Amino acid sequence: MLRLERRATPSSTMSIASPLLAAAGMLVTGFLLFSALGKDPLEAFYLFFIKPLSSTYGIGELLLKTTPLLLCGLGLALGFRANVWNIGAEGQLTMGAIAGGGVALWFGDSDSSFAMPLMLLAGILGGMAWAAIPAFLRTRFNTNEILVTLMLVYIAQLMLSWLVHGPWRDPQGQNYPQSQGFGDAETMSVLINGTRVTWGIVYAVGLALIAWVFSEKTFAGFRMQVAGLAPAAAAYAGFSEKRNIWIALMLCGATAGLAGICEVAGPIGRLQQEISPGYGFAAIIVAWIGRLHPIGVVFGALLMSLLYLGGEAAQMGMGLPSAITGLFQGLLLFYLLAADLFIYFRLKRVGVVESPEPKPAIRVEGAV
Amino acid sequence: MNPLIPMIASTVLAATPLIYAALGETVVERSGVLNLGIEGMMLIGAVAGFAATRSSGSDAVGFLAAAAAGVALSLIFGFLTLNLQTNQVATGLALTLFGIGLSAFVGHNLAGLPVARLAPITIPGLTAIPVIGDLLFHYDIMVYLSVALFIGVQWFLTKSRAGLTLRAIGESPGVAHAIGKPVLTTRYLAVMFGGATAGIAGAYLSLVQTPMWVEGMSAGKGWIALALVVFGTWKPARVVIGAYLFGGVTQFQLFAQGFGLPIPTEFLSMLPYAATVVVLVIICRDPKTILLNQPASLGHSFHSAA
Repeated sequence: MLRLERRATPSSTMSIASPLLAAAGMLVTGFLLFSALGKDPLEAFYLFFIKPLSSTYGIGELLLKTTPLLLCGLGLALGFRANVWNIGAEGQLTMGAIAGGGVALWFGDSDSSFAMPLMLLAGILGGMAWAAIPAFLRTRFNTNEILVTLMLVYIAQLMLSWLVHGPWRDPQGQNYPQSQGFGDAETMSVLINGTRVTWGIVYAVGLALIAWVFSEKTFAGFRMQVAGLAPAAAAYAGFSEKRNIWIALMLCGATAGLAGICEVAGPIGRLQQEISPGYGFAAIIVAWIGRLHPIGVVFGALLMSLLYLGGEAAQMGMGLPSAITGLFQGLLLFYLLAADLFIYFRLKRVGVVESPEPKPAIRVEGAV
Repeated sequence: MNPLIPMIASTVLAATPLIYAALGETVVERSGVLNLGIEGMMLIGAVAGFAATRSSGSDAVGFLAAAAAGVALSLIFGFLTLNLQTNQVATGLALTLFGIGLSAFVGHNLAGLPVARLAPITIPGLTAIPVIGDLLFHYDIMVYLSVALFIGVQWFLTKSRAGLTLRAIGESPGVAHAIGKPVLTTRYLAVMFGGATAGIAGAYLSLVQTPMWVEGMSAGKGWIALALVVFGTWKPARVVIGAYLFGGVTQFQLFAQGFGLPIPTEFLSMLPYAATVVVLVIICRDPKTILLNQPASLGHSFHSAA
């Protein structure tokens, strides 16, 4: 008989191996799913995971979709480390797009060199402002940030919808719910010729490095980690919980807001009703796959981006609904959570107990 | 007809799925488990109920299929959090993301197809009464069943021995285990019950509210149901009152249009979400309210070494 037994110390090997196990589990399930749907699994895998990467344009698309996932994932990872459950990165992204896009529309077709820096700044501030609401409500009114951040996603999306249907609608846009296209100076320049990938990916990777230094080398980063791992110890050491919550939400608001403006000033080029296929939510999985570590998040974002591309390819190549991406994302997180069990526990063989008398001693443990 | 009657009727229509989902989650949370996956289970319920009713022509089959689909999804959550002791917040989020993806995938070919709306039932003698008949006896069967569900849950939690055990487990699983109460089994059953009601809530959306399947049609109602449980301080009666209040808030849209108030529809659509935030702030403002009412072990895994 096998039994779970708590490890004396968490296994660092398993912590790295677990995302790989999860990816393997997802692939096996995908194999079965494709077979069950009557598709050739190998052909499906080729379409899903290889073909998108077989051209420069494809690599560009991969990096393009990696950008918002990485930016949001970084902010979320820093927050999750400190036990701050911000799940509304999608709303902060939307607000960043609205604020930055508003600046872009204000500049119109102007070729001012101030336009782009101001747009990026406005995007960051927009995301931060949106994240400040749950931070304030949690620190001042003790209100759970999970539900508040999520409700604010819907409110931000409706706000964007109102803007592009109403005041910011392009008068020459044949009544489409979208703004005017941004001018040349208000559009981010392409990084690699022949692709659509913008400078956004450079900012994102740069921020990943900064986030790494922040969380590993600064006192503020250390305080946040302690707050997540051992809240009682953090309180005893006098680390302010409120400050941690504010830092966590402000950082995520900033990165998600930047992701939003990078999307509308990059591949989209205008404000419109739909600006993200759920990047902010997928970034939750990215943060987890990346072990809440800024460098790990880079890999998590690349994998998630590939799932988006694969979903699109499967839709075009095999007539499968692109929702298969969401299915794989959910599966991946399930497998990851299950595999994470073995970071803290191990399976131990136990002999069959001869006497069925229950042991009197009972240990109760809370596992995270 | 009094113009207030259709407004009350549509309040009930809007509140009913919230009642199912929130009452189920109340039972789950009272057992000490926090399942954030309601949104996902509702969507699966919506698509399963829609598909089953379309192919069988029977609403009963639809709602049963929805409940079964909700239970199936909740079992994944149960296995991960109860057996493998994964983080309940993260697992619930995963369940929601998975449910959104799976329902969109399964319902790909069902989008936009019609289905007959579940008709209100006529109660001989009662429905014909002026005003009162329109007000109280003009609903579909699921509305009456939601009242029955409330009475059942209320009785179970406060009057039954099994309910007492469930609450004891929610407060202190270690102690309950020590005196021989089946912690895992009880929590499993609670999670499955929550799955069934969330599934039914979803089917109410796709078979009654807007009788069709639309991707992501629950639009945050699963999360609002979670907020209602907090709003109701984990007490079924208050949860139900909260659900009707929320149903009323969504009717403000009709009210504003009726009076020709120049408010863009987007802002009116924001109301339920904004109201959720306001309500949470009011309830959580005093930490004691939460401390005194929230099941003490909510969200914590239980691992017995014995």
